[in-house]
Amino acid sequence: MTSKNKNWEYSPSLESTGHIKLKKKYDLFINGKWTKSSSKKYFKTINPNDEKLIAEISHANQNDVDLAVKSARKAYDTVWSKMPANERGKYIYRIARIMQERAKELAVIESLDSGKPIREARDIDIPLACNHFFYYAGWADKLDYAFPNRKISPLGVAGQIIPWNFPLLMAAWKIAPALAAGNTVVLKPAETTSLTALKLAEIIEESGLPAGVVNIITGHGDTGASIVNHPDINKIAFTGSTGVGKIIQKAIAGTDKKATLELGGKSANIIFDDAPLDQAIEGIVNGIFFNQGHVCCAGSRLFVQENIADKVIRKLKHRMKSLVVGNPLDKNTDVGAINSKDQLQIINKYIKLGKKEGAELYQSTCSIPKKGFFCPPTIFTNVAQSSILVQEEIFGPVLTIQTFRTVDEVIQKANNTPYGLAAGVWTDKGARIFNLTTKLKAGVVWANTYNKFDPASPFGGYKESGFGREGGMHGLSAYLKLS
Amino acid sequence: MKNQNKFNLLPLSPTVDKVGVEERVSRFQKRSIKTNSKMDGLKMVLNMIDLTTLEGKDTPGKVRQMCYKAIHLHDSFPGLPTVAAVCVYPSMVGLAKSMVKDSGVKVASVSTAFPSGQAPLDVKITDTKYAVEQGADEIDMVISRGKFLAGEYSFVFDEIAQIKEVCGEARLKVILETGELATLDNVRKASDLAIYAGADFIKTSTGKIQPAATMQVTYTMLMAIRDYYDETGIMVGMKPAGGISNSKLALHNLVMVKELLGDEWLTNEWFRFGASSLANDVLMQILKTDTGKYQSSDYFTID
Repeated sequence: MTSKNKNWEYSPSLESTGHIKLKKKYDLFINGKWTKSSSKKYFKTINPNDEKLIAEISHANQNDVDLAVKSARKAYDTVWSKMPANERGKYIYRIARIMQERAKELAVIESLDSGKPIREARDIDIPLACNHFFYYAGWADKLDYAFPNRKISPLGVAGQIIPWNFPLLMAAWKIAPALAAGNTVVLKPAETTSLTALKLAEIIEESGLPAGVVNIITGHGDTGASIVNHPDINKIAFTGSTGVGKIIQKAIAGTDKKATLELGGKSANIIFDDAPLDQAIEGIVNGIFFNQGHVCCAGSRLFVQENIADKVIRKLKHRMKSLVVGNPLDKNTDVGAINSKDQLQIINKYIKLGKKEGAELYQSTCSIPKKGFFCPPTIFTNVAQSSILVQEEIFGPVLTIQTFRTVDEVIQKANNTPYGLAAGVWTDKGARIFNLTTKLKAGVVWANTYNKFDPASPFGGYKESGFGREGGMHGLSAYLKLS
Repeated sequence: MKNQNKFNLLPLSPTVDKVGVEERVSRFQKRSIKTNSKMDGLKMVLNMIDLTTLEGKDTPGKVRQMCYKAIHLHDSFPGLPTVAAVCVYPSMVGLAKSMVKDSGVKVASVSTAFPSGQAPLDVKITDTKYAVEQGADEIDMVISRGKFLAGEYSFVFDEIAQIKEVCGEARLKVILETGELATLDNVRKASDLAIYAGADFIKTSTGKIQPAATMQVTYTMLMAIRDYYDETGIMVGMKPAGGISNSKLALHNLVMVKELLGDEWLTNEWFRFGASSLANDVLMQILKTDTGKYQSSDYFTID
């Protein structure tokens, strides 16, 4: 019997939200206590999937930042810098374990608040965040071995400002090494995605970490500026746009504040004709559509060797058909919601510009939800190196595709950008991989894969993608005075 | 042009990266198949099964019972499809054919000195001719893995092409026996070879060798089918066989076919499962989806 099946579609498979606990209003976590802001102001955090209110978040002002820094300083002077290193490690391990126990709740909240697919929050963001705490907990009492024959001491109070693309993961990247190295922390999450950082504050409270060692304050750009300009902060760690990075760099010039800046990128993903093509297609998709393209190291500039360009583009278009765009909480969603209305407008502006520049547009034909902030996966062919679309960071699911003929040509073009965060190389030839990894000016070069992260592996940029490294031993040294 | 002469048209097979394949496959396994799509999927799986018995100890009685079950999977639950085909040795083809009659269930016969393929070509041709004359609708041949691994690709190609000529109206499934091919690069090369030599279907395994139809192997073969379709517009079928014994794995295979090839391939004309124990697990799942209760395996017939 030959049956004619109608198209087989995946039924909705929504992750349940019944188990998560969220307050209606969140205050600031200062000195181990939930503290009302002296500004008395709150702002709303919404779900980018349906634009509905999730919670109200406190807007910290200068006084609140003062209070947070003061409590961090006191905790540093009286407790944290005096505590034996293995005891410090125990607290960090404890935070990691509680995070792991609450992984499901954290994943659902992350997806709700940021718009990222639950699959990514569940399988990537939250496990990696836990792993960062575990990894750095292990270093806490082994710092002498990490930097043999050097005298090490912590820096003091670290002011940390993180972006909205990987909210909890970025908090982990910042807090875990800072604590392991013996510093205390004032951290500000991004205004659209404060919730998991606030949940982390609850976890820290539960872990019994001494009051003031970690302070989490929420707010907008002005709150961040107060942190950057605070005279009693020893180190600024910032992840975000190159524009803001430059402002920070100016603001701390002439002070003795240390800084690590992890900024924007326009990373090249390079496919050679001998590459395992179908796997390379996955690498392209994973490079640009992972987390809706809200990834600083996204492989947003694709370079394809000209003799396989047609084939690669055909395969890529076919692959894009099976990307499910929609409700981030659906377990089958591959591409979720754009984080905010502002960001969606920026992305749409670039798409419009691309058309105006004469580039050829192709978008996924999938259905897009009417409500919420969504952008279908988008590729532009027929672009030039001088197109603005190729030069500027879009921070959305928008890929530009250029072709190349020779190895030298593609190295030149890949490096011809003010950025230098990451790159991908796809080839079956080992020698070619090594040749390119030494010549590409990028902090990370992936070979036959893309967007892979590990706590033991340092991450950071060249040129205007910032300086300093996070992750691995390099990430520790950014929070230590070495002499 | 005779099929043998097409060997020169065989394109260079692309390389396959195992790590990348594993990553892609894990994404299919993460698709959540619930409610309606689960029920529809399970029924589709039933309808794609080649119910198989390939034992030295097969008896006419066993084949007769299996053929009855192929048409009457679980009569106490109305609305179930039949399986796609029964798969037997050539000596049982006549009997099977007389049992399935006009039910729509096809009779597939293994041939070419199944499962090893260790026989001269004329024996393989005679073997295949006999099965076709007995009324087989489909022929499941094995390739000469020894020759393939020795790099004698044109030999393997010609053999497939000659068997295809003997098949006449019967559709030819070419078994690569991927468990003996060692690498995914080899699986891809053998897939391309079989397709260009005239296979109507490519099939992973005989079921006699482990590992059999892993999703990594099936993925690699599906991509060969995809590329051939993109080049020529001709559809080729796929049959993972061996090792797919539960519903979940079968559904993940359907997800893979849907996303790699498209809904056109989601019929038993283009996709089959070679399995002996899968049908009952699917039946148990279907009844559970309907009644909310898992029933004991005693409620499901073994043949």
